[in-house]
Amino acid sequence: MKPSRFQYVRPASIPEAVVALQRQNSKVLAGGQSLTPLLSMRLAAPEVLVDINGLSELAGIELRGSELWIGAIARHQEVLTHPLVGTHVPLIQQALTYVAHPVIRNRGTSVGSIAHADPAGELTAVAALLGARIHVVGPHGVRDILANDFFVGPLESSLTHGELVTGVSFPVLDSSWGSSCVEVARRHGDYALAGVCALVQIVEGRLTAASIAIFSVAGTPVVIDVLDVCTENEKLNLKVQSLIDPDTDIHATADYRRQLVKTLVAQALTEARSNAESRTS
Amino acid sequence: MNPEELFLVELTVNGNPLSARVPARRLLSDFLRHDLRLTGTHVGCEHGVCGACTILLDGKPVRGCLIFAVSVSGSNVTTVEGLVNNDGSLGVVQRAFHESHGLQCGFCTPGFITTIHAFLKENPHPTEEEAREAIAGNLCRCTGYQNIIKSVLRAAELIDSGVRDDH
Ligand SMILES: Cc1cc2nc3c(=O)[nH]c(=O)nc-3n(C[C@H](O)[C@H](O)[C@H](O)COP(=O)(O)OP(=O)(O)OC[C@H]3O[C@@H](n4cnc5c(N)ncnc54)[C@H](O)[C@@H]3O)c2cc1C
Ligand code: FES
Ligand code: FES
Repeated sequence: MKPSRFQYVRPASIPEAVVALQRQNSKVLAGGQSLTPLLSMRLAAPEVLVDINGLSELAGIELRGSELWIGAIARHQEVLTHPLVGTHVPLIQQALTYVAHPVIRNRGTSVGSIAHADPAGELTAVAALLGARIHVVGPHGVRDILANDFFVGPLESSLTHGELVTGVSFPVLDSSWGSSCVEVARRHGDYALAGVCALVQIVEGRLTAASIAIFSVAGTPVVIDVLDVCTENEKLNLKVQSLIDPDTDIHATADYRRQLVKTLVAQALTEARSNAESRTS
Repeated sequence: MNPEELFLVELTVNGNPLSARVPARRLLSDFLRHDLRLTGTHVGCEHGVCGACTILLDGKPVRGCLIFAVSVSGSNVTTVEGLVNNDGSLGVVQRAFHESHGLQCGFCTPGFITTIHAFLKENPHPTEEEAREAIAGNLCRCTGYQNIIKSVLRAAELIDSGVRDDH
């Protein structure tokens, strides 16, 4: 099927974009890799599309103080290969290798993926786990939203009508931190049946922080502090299972997802620890 | 209903400047097929999963069905038609598909050719595993994947042996 009619606006500046977004039933068009299928299947029919691809202020990746800023039109592929990302927030790249296929990554944006708030999205989990800040501009000026307040439900964020995400900042992780992302999908490049991002800190040989974000098992990523239980697999699994409530769908049963989570959590934590060790050495 | 607003979309397609006035909702894949009459680019699923519509946008492979033509006006596009040599003979990836029986009905082939063309520019000496990975985002209903992987490796071999390829 083909998209229904919409008015197309290609603003020349961020303020122009915000003005255009005040029109009724408007939507931002970033990479279009999630939005265009929704339009073609007529699951969405916005009246106005505001194309931000020409806004050079939203391009690029920069170190800003103790944070790594990713602009709203930086493509997944650029983020995946950017040296600043690999050095300062390797988890983003660990997760991106699971996001779709290279051809989709050439056009889709990492920030768009977060704005889309897909509960199966790898970057949604990364943003939640790291406590990323989402930079927003709207009719009443600029504001920052913490990832935990941003993801409200499946495909639902706390953005209000007429707001634009200009970029997302991630805290830089020095070499005492290690991270990993693991998932199981039906086919390579598909959305995960279940997946886990893990983050640990090792100081002088001692584990001082350990947390995980589980995705594809709830409407928003489930972030859990596991420092107290992460050396005892039984306790770890009990804690994790009590905090998730996966659904059964055509791809997998809830029980199977629980089973995957058990295995993936242990695997993600092991990998994060060896990542921390390899970063310090 | 008011007539739909039209936008002038100008592209350089396979080296030729081409343009047409189209509604904003025209997908790039449809722009190429319907407005520019370049029907080499195929449309299968129209929601990004099959890869048949893959074209090169400023040299990089993207899904034609997931981009609005108006959004990329001014860009350079290469389609499967643009990967033939200037004298009309088959380009190197096309030739490899021909020699290795990399196609059956041919419906998926344009998307494979463009994807593999771009992949081999980045990785001219792929292993079989890498070749498999490179085509993981494209579907073939005739399930001829074995021969498609052979075609990737054959194309790499042909490039190495200095076979003519104008692109
Ligand atoms: C075949 C296929 C497989 C995929 N597999 C995966 C996968 O495994 N994992 C995964 O995470 N993703 C996957 N994706 C989705 C892909 O990662 C998208 O690129 C991404 O989710 C959305 O980014 P985009 O730039 O394309 O956004 P768009 O499609 O342009 O926008 C998506 C939504 O977010 C809104 N939006 C985007 N940017 C902004 C902004 N700056 N401010 C406000 N709102 C904004 C839009 O209005 C829209 O509602 C897949 C896509 C396809 C087609
Ligand atoms: S037609 Fe574009 S991916 Fe299937
Ligand atoms: S050759 Fe028929 S679909 Fe691939």
